[in-house]
Amino acid sequence: MKNKSALLFLVLALASLLLGILFGLLASLQYINSDFLKEYIAFNKMRPFHVTTVVSWIILCAIGSIYFFITNLEKHTLYSQRLVKVHFMVFLLTGLGIYISFFLGKMEGREYLAYSPILTIPILLGWILFGINYFKTIRKKISEWPVYYWMWGTGIVFMIYHLCEAHLWVFPYFREHFIKDISVQWKSYGSFVGSWNMLVYGTAIYVMAKIKNDKVSAKNKTVFFFYFLGLTNLMFGWAHHTYLIPTQPWVRYVAYAISMTEWIVLGHIIYSWVKSLSKEQKDKYNMAYKFLKAADFWVFINIILALLFSIPAINYFTHGTHITVAHSMGTTIGINTTILLASLFFITQNISPNYKATPSFLTKNYYIFNISLFLFFCTLIYAGIKRSNWMYFSKDVPFSTMQDELHTTYIAFFVFGLCLVFSITSLSIVLLKRLKKALNGKYNFE
Amino acid sequence: MINRGNKNILVLLFLVTVFCVYNLVIYTHNDRENPIKLNSDALRGQQLWQNNNCWSCHQVYGLGGYLGPDLTNIYSIPNKGPQYIKAFLNSGVKSMPKFEFSDTEKDDIVAYLKYIDSTGYYPNYEAKFKATGWVELKYKNEK
Repeated sequence: MKNKSALLFLVLALASLLLGILFGLLASLQYINSDFLKEYIAFNKMRPFHVTTVVSWIILCAIGSIYFFITNLEKHTLYSQRLVKVHFMVFLLTGLGIYISFFLGKMEGREYLAYSPILTIPILLGWILFGINYFKTIRKKISEWPVYYWMWGTGIVFMIYHLCEAHLWVFPYFREHFIKDISVQWKSYGSFVGSWNMLVYGTAIYVMAKIKNDKVSAKNKTVFFFYFLGLTNLMFGWAHHTYLIPTQPWVRYVAYAISMTEWIVLGHIIYSWVKSLSKEQKDKYNMAYKFLKAADFWVFINIILALLFSIPAINYFTHGTHITVAHSMGTTIGINTTILLASLFFITQNISPNYKATPSFLTKNYYIFNISLFLFFCTLIYAGIKRSNWMYFSKDVPFSTMQDELHTTYIAFFVFGLCLVFSITSLSIVLLKRLKKALNGKYNFE
Repeated sequence: MINRGNKNILVLLFLVTVFCVYNLVIYTHNDRENPIKLNSDALRGQQLWQNNNCWSCHQVYGLGGYLGPDLTNIYSIPNKGPQYIKAFLNSGVKSMPKFEFSDTEKDDIVAYLKYIDSTGYYPNYEAKFKATGWVELKYKNEK
């Protein structure tokens, strides 16, 4: 094994996934029973644990996959092995620091980045180390770079920028002007997600190209057109989060125009890829193929939803409701997690090619994962419609009455969430076992 | 003749340049901004809002968690307002944690919510719908 540090990132990512979904499950129980764990860790404290941990899953898995691909499969000699180790330790120790500060009740940040702003410094350092190692490793022959090299590079640079932008509130100039402050905050979040999508979608395109053994399609004009379209969305498409904030109308006009192109990017690429794949290729990387197919389905479901609520007249009714949550769950679990699980199955198939390709256990869990996610998604859409109806057509009904009426919906949400946790845990354990064997040197993949 | 790689770099440079100008405008414009800045009480209230993760359950302009109600205009909604807010803060009712805010801290949170209320409306019931799908918002203090 050339680069075991990549596997350490992947193991840490899977541990984060397991812990993150556990926190999510506990938080969903607090929707059903308001007294559940309230004295020990109320929902306002539980949510940051869940969000921070699942975001860590996406980022760590994307980073581990990229390190693995560029060294073990692309056969680049890494600029510095020591930097990877330092990068890993910085993220590990910062993660522990965040948990300790959360347990001590020190959450001084904002939604999605609840930890104390000071902890952003080592996180930024980790990203800078990653950037240095990445660009120094692949710097030659930029003109021949396939699109995924561009996407990973863009993802790293913009992640650093938007992480800084998300903390502009520490300066009084931003904090004292509420509308500017909230706009910049949500601008950074929208683009922050766009940045990790660059890392994840680049990973999806890489895995697809490798399964197909295709060295050409990741360099053609069409994929670069879609790459630049995605980048334009990352830069300017954020404002559909803030249609209802009284900002300048032109900011929202730009977002409206650009958001209409969103998501078509990856959907087109995956669709074209699936059409042209042979049966042998599908069989060899069965689970990776299956998860990429599932990502295709989730991309289309989310395209429809995203396109609809990017229309301001529809956004007016969906904003501030669980429909937004359905979209974020559909994208982070349905798209990001399925792509990253595909990447992990692809990696483990490479490090242990003789491992039984598709035990029925994996296939069963694959279906449980997708079906329960679909029902989970539908439950959130239903809850969103009910909440929107309350907001705009039942103004005299108290908030608590509306919440009580949604009690059965929240129970369904918990049950489907539980099925999702079960399937993710089952799949993760298999992946962890394979990664552990590779770390212990039981596979000699070069 | 410009090759493909160089073309890509040129497109990237163009997008980054537009992005820099766009960001500069976003960061510096104040056209729709409330002319009054958050005062020191409201700034302390904002920090309390963050330190206690009020955003986990509550929303402002529909942004935040969904376990509690949106608080954008809680300060000015008839039958609610400052006393109503203060009564809720340490109540521990339903999912709301039992906070122990001092009277000064309660005043600071109210000052912050009062400031938010002065910036606009949410839900924006008087918004106008256009045939293009656009929604024209009703701004605060607009005639």
